[in-house]
Amino acid sequence: MGEKVLMKGNEAIAEAAIRAGCLHYFGYPITPQTEIAAYMAKRMPKVGGVFLQAESEIAAINMVLGVAAAGKRVMTSSSSPGVSLKSEGMSYISGSDVPALVVNVQRGGPGLGGIQPSQSDYFQAVKGGSHGDYKRIVLAPASVQEMASLTTKAFDLADKYSILTMILADGTMGQMMEPVELETTEPVKYEKPWATTGTKMQRKHNIVNSLYLKPEELEKKNFERFAKYKTIEENEVMYEEYLMDDAEICVVSFGITSRVAKNAIVEARAKGIKVGMIRPITLWPFPTEVLNKAADKCKAFISVEMNMGQMIEDVKLAIECKKPVHLCCRVGGMIPSPEEVLAKIEEVNEGGER
Amino acid sequence: MVVFEKPKSLTDAPLHYCPGCTHGIIHRLVAEVIDELGIEGKTIGVAPVGCSVMAYDYFTCDFVQAPHGRAPAVATGVKRADPENHIVFTYQGDGDLAAIGTAETVHAAARRENITVIFVNNAIYGMTGGQMAPTTLPGQVTQTSPYGRDVETVGYPVKVCELLSNVDGAAYLERVAVNSVPNIKKAKAAIKKAFQNQIDGKGFSLVEVVSTCPTNWGMTPEKALKWLEENMLSYYPLGVYKDIYAEEAK
Repeated sequence: MGEKVLMKGNEAIAEAAIRAGCLHYFGYPITPQTEIAAYMAKRMPKVGGVFLQAESEIAAINMVLGVAAAGKRVMTSSSSPGVSLKSEGMSYISGSDVPALVVNVQRGGPGLGGIQPSQSDYFQAVKGGSHGDYKRIVLAPASVQEMASLTTKAFDLADKYSILTMILADGTMGQMMEPVELETTEPVKYEKPWATTGTKMQRKHNIVNSLYLKPEELEKKNFERFAKYKTIEENEVMYEEYLMDDAEICVVSFGITSRVAKNAIVEARAKGIKVGMIRPITLWPFPTEVLNKAADKCKAFISVEMNMGQMIEDVKLAIECKKPVHLCCRVGGMIPSPEEVLAKIEEVNEGGER
Repeated sequence: MVVFEKPKSLTDAPLHYCPGCTHGIIHRLVAEVIDELGIEGKTIGVAPVGCSVMAYDYFTCDFVQAPHGRAPAVATGVKRADPENHIVFTYQGDGDLAAIGTAETVHAAARRENITVIFVNNAIYGMTGGQMAPTTLPGQVTQTSPYGRDVETVGYPVKVCELLSNVDGAAYLERVAVNSVPNIKKAKAAIKKAFQNQIDGKGFSLVEVVSTCPTNWGMTPEKALKWLEENMLSYYPLGVYKDIYAEEAK
């Protein structure tokens, strides 16, 4: 790691991507992530890369498929409505087992929704979001630093497992400025013998494809893919524990709401409430094990999210409903305040609600 | 002396196409061109969704299978991944290219994307069993236009070469047919030019191949060729619709 600079979250993603060796970016303007495209438009020509504003989100994700099939690092970025449009291509990328990165800087929905921050695409990001049985690695940054470092990580994981990865951020993360230390080490290079780069008359043709008309073959392909997912679940879970040693109440929160929750936890601690937080950094694979263990000593959980309660379902599954899980949320572009989260912590501590 | 042999760029996989289908001829023409230009080792095909989805099994070059209509966008990615060393072509049907993929087609042309597009127009959706295509002729009976295409309610066919001839970025557009030996020879020349253009860095080249679908037209292969000649060629006139370099040379 090297120099420290002040950057917007969106710009940090773009710069980190270029430093990770991603020299192909395809996108389409949409608030609140357009700074990524603008940054790429400026920087890519200077580093010999390709920036292309596509005619649609659909075209952009398919351009990503093309570059990924040809074995090069590639990404696109968008915000919620645009990510919906990309879902077809994301299914094909997943069904073809090629590596790529999609960034979603979420805004409120459904429909055109609003342009203020949200976490309401959690289900879409984590549960597949497109047709077919598949998963993708989803990384949730909670600082501009993580916007950069998780972008680096996302490219490595994508190549390591030949899988689609996603950065699930939100409008706040994209727009806010913080100091960030950028990667200066050379990106790791992965062999991609399956890539469609031309046979050079030296090998049998490579085919990047998601079509398997024989059900036995398609089933086998799905089994193989899920064996890979199991390896990822066993090896790539990332989370942060905050004041969990003696915690009786466990807050679970990712991204920007985890920052708000931290403030509330500090205040609650000052009032003598034993509360801590588990912050999932990978939303898939979800930190199931650590949450399950926490359920053996905590009396309650609070899921703090900017949606009507999406991650809360995974928390309940993770702890096998051993303890009550409460929801603290604001939606539609509203961000919960530390006071609101504190009030919920106090309420749960006093045994109130549910 | 060998007077006839299979192009080297075709695999030994048996084609799944119906008897009399002209995809076989067009595959062969593309393969012959790849052989003659000596580009097999650097060519990457992009397969559509439709009857020719499994083109990847029939050509010896690398292939990517694209979502329905998105082949020009996928081809854009493959080409731009390594423009110096990749020769990229799409092979698409009428539903793929002129209905669901209209935007991708028009904008790849507008960008003068340096790719080659082989567009097979047989005026019907073949793989799904014969539904109305964007290029189905007025009055033509299909499964979803059982009383004949009524232009008053479903509108008119899309003439792709004519449409794209108004797109500044398109470099070369030609409509050919594979209904007769002379036309097949012209089709091959056009396909060869469309690949040569890419090698020369001349940009977006599309060859529309008017072809048949005997199965879904409900005709014998022979009758289908005759029907093509009598009905399609008047609506889709053959010829060069755009060739910016020929125009410059004038």
